[in-house]
Amino acid sequence: MLRRALGLLPRPIAAARARSFSTDLPAAHTADATFMEAWNKVMPNMDPPKTPLSFMHPRPPTPSSIPPKLTVNFVLPYASELSTKEVDMVIVPATTGQMGFLPGHVATIAELKPGVLSVHEGSETTKYFVSSGFVFIHANSFADIIAVEAVPLDRIDANLVQKGLCRFHPEAELSHN
Amino acid sequence: MAMAALRREGRRFASLISPRPITAVRSSPLYPTLEDEGPLGLRHISTQVVRNRMKSVKNIQKITKAMKMVAASKLRAIQTKTENSRGLWQPFTALLGDLPSADVKKNVVVTISSDKGLCGGINSTSVKISKGLHKLNSATGPEKETKYVILGEKAKAQLVRDSKKDIELIITELQKNPLNYTQVSVLADEILKNVEYDALRIVFNKFQSVVSFVPTVSTVLSPEIVEREAESGGKLGDLDSYEVEGGETKGEILQNLAEFQFSCTMFNAVLENACSEQGARMSAMDSSSRNAGDMLDRLTLTYNRTRQASITTELIEIISGASALEG
Repeated sequence: MLRRALGLLPRPIAAARARSFSTDLPAAHTADATFMEAWNKVMPNMDPPKTPLSFMHPRPPTPSSIPPKLTVNFVLPYASELSTKEVDMVIVPATTGQMGFLPGHVATIAELKPGVLSVHEGSETTKYFVSSGFVFIHANSFADIIAVEAVPLDRIDANLVQKGLCRFHPEAELSHN
Repeated sequence: MAMAALRREGRRFASLISPRPITAVRSSPLYPTLEDEGPLGLRHISTQVVRNRMKSVKNIQKITKAMKMVAASKLRAIQTKTENSRGLWQPFTALLGDLPSADVKKNVVVTISSDKGLCGGINSTSVKISKGLHKLNSATGPEKETKYVILGEKAKAQLVRDSKKDIELIITELQKNPLNYTQVSVLADEILKNVEYDALRIVFNKFQSVVSFVPTVSTVLSPEIVEREAESGGKLGDLDSYEVEGGETKGEILQNLAEFQFSCTMFNAVLENACSEQGARMSAMDSSSRNAGDMLDRLTLTYNRTRQASITTELIEIISGASALEG
C-alpha cells in the first residue's frame, strides 16, 4: 500500500519537472537523414552522433491569424530568465535604438546594445539591464532574446552606478586618447 | 597454548629423528614460495604474501571509493550550471536549423575531451566520432579538408599519434578555474581568429543522466555558407524572410551572429562534457571498488585456506611423531 502511494508521488513531480525544464526533451527524432546515411556508409560499425535537432523542443508553425500573445524565451549563459512566457510586448535596446515587438511582428534578427529591456505583461512591466546579445523574432510570434549578461533593474543600486561612472569616465577618456 | 605444548613435545622427539636431507631446489626467484623452513625442518606455509596482497587491494578499494565521492560532489556542482545553460543554444537552432550534412570545403572539428583520466570510455568515443567526421568529409571529395582543434589532454594524446598534420590548435587545462562564459568566449575568439573555416563541428558528450552520455555533434556554419544555403532554399530557405536590423549590411550582422552562436554552443558543449566526465568517472570508480571488493573476498578465502592448511600440517607432523614413538 505504501509502495503504491510512493509510486503516485513522483509522477506529478516528474510532470512538473518536464514542464519547467523545457530545455531538455527527447522530442521528435527529426535528425538529418542525409547525414545519417553518409555516416553509415563511412562508419558502419558506429552509431552516428546525435545532433542538436534531436534534443530540441519543436516550435509551433506559423499560425494563419495573429496570436494574442508573444511567447518570449529570455536566456543567459547561466540561466533561462524567462522560458516560453506569454507576454503582450517587449521593448529591446537594439543597435538602431529602442524597438518594440508585439505579437504578429514581422520576422526579425536584431543585435542588442547595452540598455534596458522591458517585458510588458498586462499591467506589469519587468525591466532588465542587458549588456549585449541578439534578439530573434520568428513568424510564429516567438521571441528569443539571448543576452550575455542581464540584471533586473531593481537589483541595481543607483549610487554605486554613479560612483562607477565617475570612476570610469576619465579612464574611458584616457583610453580614447 | 596447547599448540605450543605440542610443539615442544614435537621438538623433543624430532631431535631423535634424523634431520631431513636438505632439498637442492629452494624457492625460485620468480615465484615466491609459500613454504618456509622453520628450525629443525618443520614446515610452515607463509601467509605473508597473501596478506600483503590483501592490504594493497583494500587500499585500492578505499581510494576508488573516495574518488567516486569526489566525482559525485563535483557532478552536483556542475550539473545545475549545465542545465541552466541548455536554453542557450536552442534559439540558434530554432533560427538557423542544424545542417550537419552541409557541403563545405573547409571543415574544422572541435573535439572536447577531459584532461584527467580514469573516466571510462568517453574520450575514446569523442575521438572516434571526430575521426569518423574526418572520413566522412574526405569521402565526399578530394578538395575537402578537415582540421582538428583539440580541447583536453586525452584527445590530444590519441589524435597526435596519427593525425598530427591536421591539428591546428591544442588547448589544455581548461578546468583549472571553474568554467564560465567569459573564459569560453575568449577561447572561441582565439579559435575563430586563427582557424579558417566554412563549418565548425563541435564534438562532445551530452549529459543525459549519471549513467548515460550521448556523443553529439553541433554544427556552426560560417556566414557565407549560411547565405548560400539560404539562397538555395531547403531548410534555411526562410532565413531571407527575416528583416535584419542594425549594422550597415546584412553580412555584418550574420558575422556577429555566427561568432555569438559559436561561443554559446561551445559554452554549453564544454559544460556538458565536464558533466559527462564526472559521471563517467563515478561509474568507473564504482565498478572498480566493486571489483576490488570481490578480489578481497577471494583473497580472504585463500588466506584462510592457507592458514588452516599450515595448522593441519603442523598437527599431523606432531601427532605422527608421537605415534611413531609409541608404536
